[in-house]
Amino acid sequence: MKALAARRHDRRAPVVLLLLALLLTGGLYAVLAPTSAKAESSVASADDVKAGEKLFQANCATCHGPSAAGTASAPSLIGVGAAAVDFQVGTGRMPMQMNGPQAQVKPAQFDDEQISQLAAFVASLGAGPAIPTDDQVDPSKGDPATGMALFRTNCAMCHNAVGAGGALSRGKFAPNLWETSPRHLYEAMLTGPQSMPVFNDANITSEEKRDIIAFIDEQGNVSPGGLDLGSIGPVSEGLWAWVVGLGLLIGAAVWIGAKSS
Amino acid sequence: MTTTSTPTPTARAAAATADYLDQRTGIGVAVKTFARKIFPDHWSFLLGEIALYSFVTLLISGVFLTMFFVPSMAETTYHGPWASLNGVEMSQAFSSTLRLSFEVRGGLLMRQVHHWAALIFMASIVTHMMRVFFTGAFRKPRELNWVVGFTLMILGLLAGFSGYSLPDDVLSGNGLRITDGVVKAIPIIGSYMSYFIFGGEFPGNDLIPRLFTVHILLVPALILALIGLHLLFVVLHKHTQYPGSGRSDKNVVGFPLFPIYVAKAGGYFFVVFGVIALMAATMTINPVWNYGPYDPSPVSAGAQPDWYMLFLEGSLRLMPGQAEVMLGQYTLSLNVIIPAMIVPGVLFTLLAAYPFIEAFATGDNREHHVLDRPRNRPFRTAFGVSLLVAFFILVLAGSNDLIATHFHLSINDITWVFRFLLFLGPWAAFVITKRICLGLQRKDRELVLHGHETGRIVRFASGEYIEVHKPLDAHERWLRVQHDAVRPVEIEPAEDSRGVRRKGYRTDRLRQRISQVFYEDRVEPVTPSELEAAHHAHGGHDEIGSHDHGHEPAQVGGGQHLVEPDGETGPDARNH
Amino acid sequence: MSAHDNSHDLEVRDSNVVDRFEDPGHPDHQPRKGDTDPKANKKAERQVLFLFAVSVLGTIGFVVAYFALPPGDTAESMRTSNLALGGALAFALLGIGTGAIHWAKALMNDHEKSEERHLQRSDDETRAAAVEVLAEGTADSGISRRGALKGAVVSALALFPITIALPLIGNIGEDWNVGKLKHTIWKKGVRLSRDPNGRPIKASDVTIGSVFHVIPDNLEEHHETGDYMDQKAKAVVLLVRLDPRDLKADQSPAGETWSYDGIVAYSKICTHVGCPVALYEQQTHHLLCPCHQSTFDIADGARVVFGPAKRPLPQLPITVDDEGYLVAQSDFTQPVGPSFWERETK
Repeated sequence: MKALAARRHDRRAPVVLLLLALLLTGGLYAVLAPTSAKAESSVASADDVKAGEKLFQANCATCHGPSAAGTASAPSLIGVGAAAVDFQVGTGRMPMQMNGPQAQVKPAQFDDEQISQLAAFVASLGAGPAIPTDDQVDPSKGDPATGMALFRTNCAMCHNAVGAGGALSRGKFAPNLWETSPRHLYEAMLTGPQSMPVFNDANITSEEKRDIIAFIDEQGNVSPGGLDLGSIGPVSEGLWAWVVGLGLLIGAAVWIGAKSS
Repeated sequence: MTTTSTPTPTARAAAATADYLDQRTGIGVAVKTFARKIFPDHWSFLLGEIALYSFVTLLISGVFLTMFFVPSMAETTYHGPWASLNGVEMSQAFSSTLRLSFEVRGGLLMRQVHHWAALIFMASIVTHMMRVFFTGAFRKPRELNWVVGFTLMILGLLAGFSGYSLPDDVLSGNGLRITDGVVKAIPIIGSYMSYFIFGGEFPGNDLIPRLFTVHILLVPALILALIGLHLLFVVLHKHTQYPGSGRSDKNVVGFPLFPIYVAKAGGYFFVVFGVIALMAATMTINPVWNYGPYDPSPVSAGAQPDWYMLFLEGSLRLMPGQAEVMLGQYTLSLNVIIPAMIVPGVLFTLLAAYPFIEAFATGDNREHHVLDRPRNRPFRTAFGVSLLVAFFILVLAGSNDLIATHFHLSINDITWVFRFLLFLGPWAAFVITKRICLGLQRKDRELVLHGHETGRIVRFASGEYIEVHKPLDAHERWLRVQHDAVRPVEIEPAEDSRGVRRKGYRTDRLRQRISQVFYEDRVEPVTPSELEAAHHAHGGHDEIGSHDHGHEPAQVGGGQHLVEPDGETGPDARNH
Repeated sequence: MSAHDNSHDLEVRDSNVVDRFEDPGHPDHQPRKGDTDPKANKKAERQVLFLFAVSVLGTIGFVVAYFALPPGDTAESMRTSNLALGGALAFALLGIGTGAIHWAKALMNDHEKSEERHLQRSDDETRAAAVEVLAEGTADSGISRRGALKGAVVSALALFPITIALPLIGNIGEDWNVGKLKHTIWKKGVRLSRDPNGRPIKASDVTIGSVFHVIPDNLEEHHETGDYMDQKAKAVVLLVRLDPRDLKADQSPAGETWSYDGIVAYSKICTHVGCPVALYEQQTHHLLCPCHQSTFDIADGARVVFGPAKRPLPQLPITVDDEGYLVAQSDFTQPVGPSFWERETK
């Protein structure tokens, strides 16, 4: 019993520490983040725009056109805003590697500075949604219960009840959300990339988006019942019932039926 | 037991209890009859026991759950440790499910035990049915017990479905909504049936209490009664046994109930419960806290039922919508009726009626207690496999969205592929399985006639090389020759000797046709004279089959349209 | 049946074939290691003992885990509790199970025994006696002589279940008014509001590419009347704004416009079997049902482009009120949701 208790303490300690650390960082963010973030976004200098334009001409103009007005193969970027660029380029979806049902996530091809330069350039073309502040996407400030209710109505049909992802028509799919950063989650809702519809602030307010992020933040980690089997519902449960359950039981039956040596 | 002159106190107490009971119940007779009853030993005979024991597990864990579950659709607000649902409006059914999962110690374990046991229950029923089917254990006198078992499977589906829906979560709620849609598609009475089930419009306020009664009273009571009947039949008929030397339709060879099966079967109960407990300890099942309380508006990707209902889901997914038609001003939703009622109807009717169809085709009125080796009944085996393949394709079709995401395929393409496979798959499975069975039978003949290859090459003085074949011992041979070769039935002519058309000819004609389909392709077991001939032909040494093109009366044929040994005398000659 | 009635004889296997092998009889018993080697026997006994001991330890572990590891408030502590309790339970059960089985296999007498079978049918004498007994009983009852009685018994037995069935069937379907399936609570002037929080929607809120999940503003009143869920189940709507140039059809049969400036509202309940159809793909304007993959083209009057549904989703005619909020022009002009027999009747 002692050993168990000791182990329990061992297991708990890092978790508690982690929670405390999270609280602390959260608190710090609350004090510091908004101002610094705002400062950053407003300080999109003319230099940044220029550097961004250079990057754009070199990497994006082939498809989106030299003036970013779009071509037959890619949409216009005028008015999509910095948020769309930060999401598409930051998650590696753009530049697109090859044509397919949809752009895939891959390691980002540009560093943070280049992305912000590109974003500054595209934002300069026409008014569009801006990159959210750190405060707007801080999961610790959201209410996961409100988030879950909103997620259930607006997101679960494509992304699955806890964001594990799901199928769309003709090879397209709604991706798993567990590894997506809060900022990218926010930007995706705001800009509606690819098949995804737009959820503007009039539909899901900025605070509500943070609630949703708080809900997603809790998913994909620990399931109270044990292994989560992918969180994709009864099909994987059925598969495991046959493979593990019936597999073990038939194994035992063979042992019972076999003659002892 | 009473050989010692001074019995121990325990023995004396036992004797006194036994005496007390026997004087009041005459239990001695039952003990004498049943305690040493013989049961044959084989792993596949335990598949039904898995079903029985997982049912007992279901009863134990189910009773536990009823102590905490509140079967009510009344609104309440949840306050508890699960942050994502804190302060959310939900039904009492859902909130009590959360409470018994998160706040009752061991409650989550029991819930998971219950749900895993339900999946295992249905899986073991299916495998048990497969064993009974493929070995022909359903033949006379066990046809009625097959029907009892079939009914148990249907009741199991009902129990599973009603229980799955009880927590009142989004996932099962959408399952109920689909049920509602299917019920409404029934011609003429559909809307009324829906009102009957839901107590008015969907979802109403009555469904959870109604399902609760169905789930914990009606269905389990029926299952329990039918399990009793099922087992009574097993005792009455005595268990079937696999073929082998010393085993015949006249005896049953195995070990006594007490003590061997008390220990083995009793122990197996604990193994079944233990494995289920292990699964419940380590793997999440039906995490309703992820799905949230039922609300008619949301739905989540991966909306599927438990595996045993998945074939219906697949069937619904495959059906093209064009099938809906109007009869005047009335709507006939064939796009729902066909996949949700006709397809399962056909599958289940074929399954339930198979023993009677086969008995009709075989025209055989004997009792069978020795099981068939599946290869020796190619039609039945092939038919069973093709039913399974159809079922499996529907299950896959019901998972098409997950197949699409996991293998990066287009869900539309998958659906089209399955639409064709549903027809091609069972057909191909039938042809292939039948070929394999006939091939295995031919291999059996080969072995009996020529023995095992030893890999030892011997050179004769004449310069001839042969490989030495080791003949089968009597027991090994018996396994391969003990079965009857069932031939298509022969019928008496339509008219008797005076040219009068006899009664019952049409039925006989039908029987003959079906029988042809069943037994036309066959490989018959080796007879002693064939073995004798084979030995003679090769001067006591064997060599690899020359009989395929030989002139022996043995027929290995192509498996098709065998030339009867007495082909020229005509089949009727044997009947008179 | 075939010309041969073998049903009285278990012995005859196949009377057509005389040329058959003889059953060589049961093979000899092969002794186990423990039968001949007392050491192996003793070892097996110790193994059984050990397995039962594992079970006892498992039960003790369960009790310890029960008190020492409460489920707590976090997913981690719940999982730990579940794992410890379940693991201990599994040990307790598997110990007993494997112990008993190992005992039976390794230590109990393993000589196979044979028991005779007898035909299921009762012998002719018993059958005759049974028939006689029944005949006696029938004669005693006099039922064959008193035809009127027979009819009376049958009628009484056949009729009495009505006493249970009538009130059951009378009440089980509430008011049995299936006409309700054809109407929803949408009516002229009812505002479209967001699901689940009920905030009304202005036309200007709906930007191109947006999708709103909508409930009628008057749904809240139905909390009191007890049919909130029933009404919500029929009334949920999906609101989408397209570029008006993309819209191929948004006209009622009478020709008036049902959309407002590219904003269209369709019933969210699938016309197949009633799942909420909600996967809106912004680029293709396709709406996919996650249950059975019926796909509707929102730009083209929600026409079915794939899957098991036949009919398009019913469209809710909408417009804006004086304050710029989106409102319904009327109820749906046809029943929503899955087909039923009398759907198109008046």
